[in-house]
Amino acid sequence: MILTEESVKAIKERLKQYPQRKSVILPALTIAYRQVGHLSDEIYQEISRVTKVPYVEIAEAATFYTMFPKEPRGKYLIQVCHNISCALLGADSLIGYLEEKLGIKKGETTPDNLFTLISVECLGSCATAPMMQINYDFYENLTREKVDAILEELKAKA
Amino acid sequence: MSFYSPVITNAAEVARSESLHLFRYVEDPDQYKVETFEKHGGYEAWKKVVTSMKPDQVIAEVKNSGLRGRGGAGFPTGMKWGFVPKDSPKARYLICNADESEPGTCKDRVIMERDPHAVIEGMAIGAFAIGCHRMFIYIRGEFGHCIERMEGAVKEAYTRGHLGKNVYGSGYDLDMVVHSGGGAYICGEETALLNSLEGEKGLSRIRPPFPAIAGLYASPTIVNNVETLAAVPHIINRGADWYKTMGTEKSAGSKIFSLSGHVKRPGNYEVPLGFSLKTLIYDEKYGAGIRDGKKLKAVIPGGASTPFLTPDMVDVGLDYESLQSVGSMLGSGAIIVLDEDTCIVWTIMKLIHFFRHESCGKCTPCREGTGWLEQLVTRIEHGEGRPGDIDKIDDLCGNILGRTICPLGDAAVMPIQSAIKLFRDEWQYHIDHKKCPCPNNHEFK
Ligand SMILES: Cc1cc2nc3c(=O)[nH]c(=O)nc-3n(C[C@H](O)[C@H](O)[C@H](O)COP(=O)(O)O)c2cc1C
Ligand code: SF4
Ligand code: FES
Repeated sequence: MILTEESVKAIKERLKQYPQRKSVILPALTIAYRQVGHLSDEIYQEISRVTKVPYVEIAEAATFYTMFPKEPRGKYLIQVCHNISCALLGADSLIGYLEEKLGIKKGETTPDNLFTLISVECLGSCATAPMMQINYDFYENLTREKVDAILEELKAKA
Repeated sequence: MSFYSPVITNAAEVARSESLHLFRYVEDPDQYKVETFEKHGGYEAWKKVVTSMKPDQVIAEVKNSGLRGRGGAGFPTGMKWGFVPKDSPKARYLICNADESEPGTCKDRVIMERDPHAVIEGMAIGAFAIGCHRMFIYIRGEFGHCIERMEGAVKEAYTRGHLGKNVYGSGYDLDMVVHSGGGAYICGEETALLNSLEGEKGLSRIRPPFPAIAGLYASPTIVNNVETLAAVPHIINRGADWYKTMGTEKSAGSKIFSLSGHVKRPGNYEVPLGFSLKTLIYDEKYGAGIRDGKKLKAVIPGGASTPFLTPDMVDVGLDYESLQSVGSMLGSGAIIVLDEDTCIVWTIMKLIHFFRHESCGKCTPCREGTGWLEQLVTRIEHGEGRPGDIDKIDDLCGNILGRTICPLGDAAVMPIQSAIKLFRDEWQYHIDHKKCPCPNNHEFK
């Protein structure tokens, strides 16, 4: 089993909340993603066993959404919003700055598996642009100075 | 990193105002706790509704208030609730749409983070009005903190007896589920949201049937935006007539505008509908003007899907009718400000990228059309445009508009059509001179 007992329990709890089983697919994928950091056919199988929702239905739904990737990512997933409000305040140059600092291109992971850098669509922080999300935390009103401090802190924590 | 978004709000002004209400307590760091919310009069409207009112009375009050949906379409809320069949033997569902993801829009997140019980209370009243006993809030999956906050608030609401069996001894049972999405803008479109909540891909459904007749699990369902529902308790407490004292004849009440882009003070501001766009951009209390001493070039007044306004058009009221009269829309109330250095073709390139990425792919004009549009616009911006490209873009837009299953197709093309109409010379310059004429110096500091 890849899913921990805790994840399985959480999925079973969620199952009780829905009049129809299939509705648990996204919550279950979210729980699995939060535990593992990516998804796989094996995980779909396990979710299917726990929820009794057919495997194909889980696999099919999962591919539609951006938040359930199959490829493993770095410990810190840096997601920079590149949509209009952020772009007006320098999102492109923020991405360039991060590429330079991390020594990787957008879409890549650092060799130590610490950071993956991607750009994403609007994250609802348009009036505090430019911004990035790292795992589940939002970092807003970014400046070079702030980015330096954030990366240092994460490296120290890792 | 802090739990709260550092976004600027006009909470202090709202607290001094006789009528503004949505943002009254958003700067109070304890407002998210149920005790504080109750101390500020929270859950009184819900108690009144469930212990002393009939569903029809609630619907009538909301209808009379003139409240219109704040999610983008501006549909009258009370009227929508009234569409739910009274005699259906099926369960009914109320869903709060918290998928906020239209570029420029960042208001619902703030309400959920800072005043989550206001959303629960509004949802409860809506649920009662349509006879729903299990209500859902669909929060976009990226909003991890909002989801946590909302889950915490729901737990508290059960503990204090605002939710659960036999609420306040009224005999009414009401449960609430916090559901998180998987990262797809299209799931904010209400029928795609229903599919997603059912565990399917987030593809839009063909209407009819409308959700009010056959929505979630083929049962009567109402979908409302976070801000719409957050206004409802105030309407119950203070009455429809009070609500109508704000705004214009056809656009009643107040609204939160997310102001972003090249203003000195970007932020979320609650003002009455009909408020002057010019004041919001230039007044020191709000946007405080264009940054770095630059001049205004254009405004997108209602989120990434609405047509542009030029500087001569910004002396306009922020309400559904006034914006329509100048060729644009109120949309989600996301005002995006562009300074004189910003290229319109570049702006469109950013916008169309978003819509191409978010197209669910169900209908050909939208799936293929947004792809072609992105290619054409990108090549023009990069100085590789060919004679005739502008007309090609215009034709493509015409072939998408009104020919798709859901409004995302229209949303993608409306800003493009207006950008060509208002700034045709700038498009032509890119093609004639094989380069972009604008500084576009959007440096991050
Ligand atoms: C592509 C697309 C995305 C949408 N996204 C949202 C959204 O994130 N939040 C929202 O409340 N409404 C969104 N809407 C509007 C909903 O379909 C629906 O009209 C709204 O939730 C109804 O609530 P209201 O009447 O309170 O505005 C979207 C519509 C479209 C076409
Ligand atoms: S218009 Fe676009 S997003 Fe809407 S249903 Fe068609 S393909 Fe999907
Ligand atoms: S445009 Fe970047 S967060 Fe909205």
